[in-house]
Amino acid sequence: MAPTLAHYLVVSGLLFTLGMTAVLLRRNILIIFMGLELMLNAANLSLVSFSRFNLSPAGLPAYDAQILVFFIITVAAAEVAVGLAIIVALYRSLQTTHVEDLDTLKF
Amino acid sequence: MSLILFWIFAAIMLAAGLGVVFSRSPVNSAMCLVLAFVALAALFITLDAFFIAVIQVLVYAGAVMVLFLFIIMLLDLKSERTRKLNIPACVGGALVIGGFVGLLVKVIASNPAFQATKPALSGPVDDVHAVGMTLFLDFNMPFQIIGVLLLVATVGVVLLSKRQLD
Amino acid sequence: MTPQSAAWFILFTPLVMAVVILFIGKLGKPVSSGLAIAGAAFTCVLSWWLFAGADFVDPVRIEWIDFGKLVGAESPAQFYVPIGLTIDALSKVMLLVVTTIATLVFIYSVGYMATEEGYTRFFAALSLFLFSMLGIVLADNFVMMFIFWELVGVSSFILIGHYFGKDSAAEACKQAFTVNRIGDFGFMLGILVFWFVTGSVIFSEVGSSLGGFDEAPIWLNVAVILVFCGTVGKSAQLPLHVWLPNSMEGPTPVSSLLHAATMVAAGIYMLARIFPIVLAAPIALEVIGWIGALTCFVAGLMAIQQNDIKRILAYSTISQLGYMVLGVAVGPVWGIPMFHLFTHAFFKCLLFLCAGSVIVGMHHKQDIWEMGGLAKKMPITFLAMVIGTLALIGCPFFAGSFSKDLIIEYALGKSMLWYWISAGAVVLTAAYMTRLIVVVFFGAPRTDHARKAQESSLIMTVPLMLLSLAAFGAGYPIIQKQFIPITHPENLAWWAHPVILGFLVLGVVSAILIYRRAGAKDPVSIPAFANRLYIDDFYTWLVRWAQDGTASLLGWVDRWIIEGVGVQFTAKLTWSVGFALRFLQFGNIQAYVFFFGAGVVALIYFLFATT
Repeated sequence: MAPTLAHYLVVSGLLFTLGMTAVLLRRNILIIFMGLELMLNAANLSLVSFSRFNLSPAGLPAYDAQILVFFIITVAAAEVAVGLAIIVALYRSLQTTHVEDLDTLKF
Repeated sequence: MSLILFWIFAAIMLAAGLGVVFSRSPVNSAMCLVLAFVALAALFITLDAFFIAVIQVLVYAGAVMVLFLFIIMLLDLKSERTRKLNIPACVGGALVIGGFVGLLVKVIASNPAFQATKPALSGPVDDVHAVGMTLFLDFNMPFQIIGVLLLVATVGVVLLSKRQLD
Repeated sequence: MTPQSAAWFILFTPLVMAVVILFIGKLGKPVSSGLAIAGAAFTCVLSWWLFAGADFVDPVRIEWIDFGKLVGAESPAQFYVPIGLTIDALSKVMLLVVTTIATLVFIYSVGYMATEEGYTRFFAALSLFLFSMLGIVLADNFVMMFIFWELVGVSSFILIGHYFGKDSAAEACKQAFTVNRIGDFGFMLGILVFWFVTGSVIFSEVGSSLGGFDEAPIWLNVAVILVFCGTVGKSAQLPLHVWLPNSMEGPTPVSSLLHAATMVAAGIYMLARIFPIVLAAPIALEVIGWIGALTCFVAGLMAIQQNDIKRILAYSTISQLGYMVLGVAVGPVWGIPMFHLFTHAFFKCLLFLCAGSVIVGMHHKQDIWEMGGLAKKMPITFLAMVIGTLALIGCPFFAGSFSKDLIIEYALGKSMLWYWISAGAVVLTAAYMTRLIVVVFFGAPRTDHARKAQESSLIMTVPLMLLSLAAFGAGYPIIQKQFIPITHPENLAWWAHPVILGFLVLGVVSAILIYRRAGAKDPVSIPAFANRLYIDDFYTWLVRWAQDGTASLLGWVDRWIIEGVGVQFTAKLTWSVGFALRFLQFGNIQAYVFFFGAGVVALIYFLFATT
């Protein structure tokens, strides 16, 4: 028995869920950021599975999805860099990485 | 065989993910995240996406996580003390997450197209070649834009890191 | 010169004179007055020439408005208004009256206005008035008459407000125009009803198509009453009489020409013009009769306590106009009211010109309690005034008695009440006029002005003399037969005439007895009559109440509805929505993510799980 597309998609979904849990539950900004990365990777997984399971007419995987994964990885890297720079700047001014302390935009 | 391999790597990945979410120490979370990325790369390989798997390890596990660890060290984050649980928030979060999982399973199970196994490939894949050709021929424009994006990100990071000159 | 072109000359000469005077009047006083008098005299001569000639049978018209040309002859929306002239017995006699009196008054004004300001514009305005009045007399359709009706109102406005620097004059001319306008609104509605039912506004055509009212005769009565509203306004009947006494603010020649002889008579003339139509509306005749009778009596009541010489004559005019209106209601032919209009024009004009002469002699003082003993100082004026008074009160052998008594006799035939009311007014008329003569001309002079009074110049006294002749003789049958056709009532009660004579004597004798030895002020004091039955005060109160009421209503609307509901409510609503939505900014990032996630779950549910 080989794993079906459903298996891969469910796993991807569970990984996404774990990422969202990290965002919702943890109060440390860096952990929340890690949860974001998990979510992005879950998306990558489902994209690659679709690429493999939908073959092009030539019998090869549909590489368009893999190109998208490539772009996602690139953009995620850039995003991490910028995000961490922001967190550092935030830490410098507020001396905290606790997300509940960031409430200046409250009503 | 392929199924067993799939389950092993999937289990490692999900366990590492749980580790990321529920670890007390940030460094532990970061290490678990690295493990999750590597396991994910293995899953990519089971899907015959070799190039992507290598890129995943190089970029994510190699660069992004190193950056994370740098910052954790820089900010000298300690382990979190246990705090009082905010019950309504936990319940709300649990509902959203539970709802999401439930919907996920339902939608995937109900679609017969997802129940198929891997179709056979016509021949050995030349991953890098194929990805390269598609990238530079069909997706050249987005590729250039991504380059500009990286430049912009670099410049932005440098600016953000400057100490404020008074 | 054909009769038709003569008619056009009569109409337009005064207008041309008015324009010319405005342009070249600055050259000198004789130029303005000379042009005006020349114009009036020219129309007078032409009127006498036309009088001797035949009536116009074919219509004499300039085409003006004709909707038929636009919409086709089949369409029901026909509206045809020519500028047309009628020359028949009625208009011929009215032309004579208007032009002759106008010429005499113009000549008199040269003397009266010699020391007054605004000489040029006075004569220009007088010529304009003459043009407007002739338009009313010659008009052959309702709309043309209405236009000239309004023009006469405008000329009256200009002339009453001649001394526009005086507040009282400015108020008076404004009041005259506004009160007239109220009557004219009814007039306009009446014209519309006539046009709607008969399809035409031309007098002869309306008169011959009264069959259109046969299904609902009430509308004929309504139309006549509405048209009569114009008369109520223009001829100063109750309740729209308040403007006429105030119009005495104008110079005396204006009071005599407009507000005694001609303009106020236009209302009666109009009813005479449509007499067959009026006769066919019995309910309207009742209304007209009552208003006429009440006016002539109530105005007499107000007159016996007035102290300004011109105001006494003004209320007398209102009272006599009441007689004419009553004459319309009781007479079988148009000659009955028109006869009194004819004689009244002469003797009332005479009385006003005499009053003007007295005023000039008193250096423009008008209160009778400052006069006295003027009979010796101003004999010609005194004699003329006495002749005028005798004519007015209806003394036998003078003009007024022929015409006024005729109306009272016909009133007896229609309604006992009308007879007694109009006969009672005879007492009042005799009383207040005798009071005036006794106080002004007899006794000792009361002030310095009276002591130093002198007779007026020839240019003022000659018209007085000419008018006295007319005031004396205009009623005699030989003369009256030439001008106005009348009938006499059949089966008159034997006591009708003697009762009128008795009332006349009663009024004269009582006035002489009361005022014979009157000192510096009136021995009789009846505040209700002196204050004109408080009708003027009522109108002032009414206007103020309506104005303040409308203003506060609009103020309330502005404050509560436009500002409260419109502006404030919209603003507060926007603010409240913003305030409510503010509470969604928790400041907690994880709360935002929670809502985000919940939204995504809901979206997926609705997209995928419910298919």
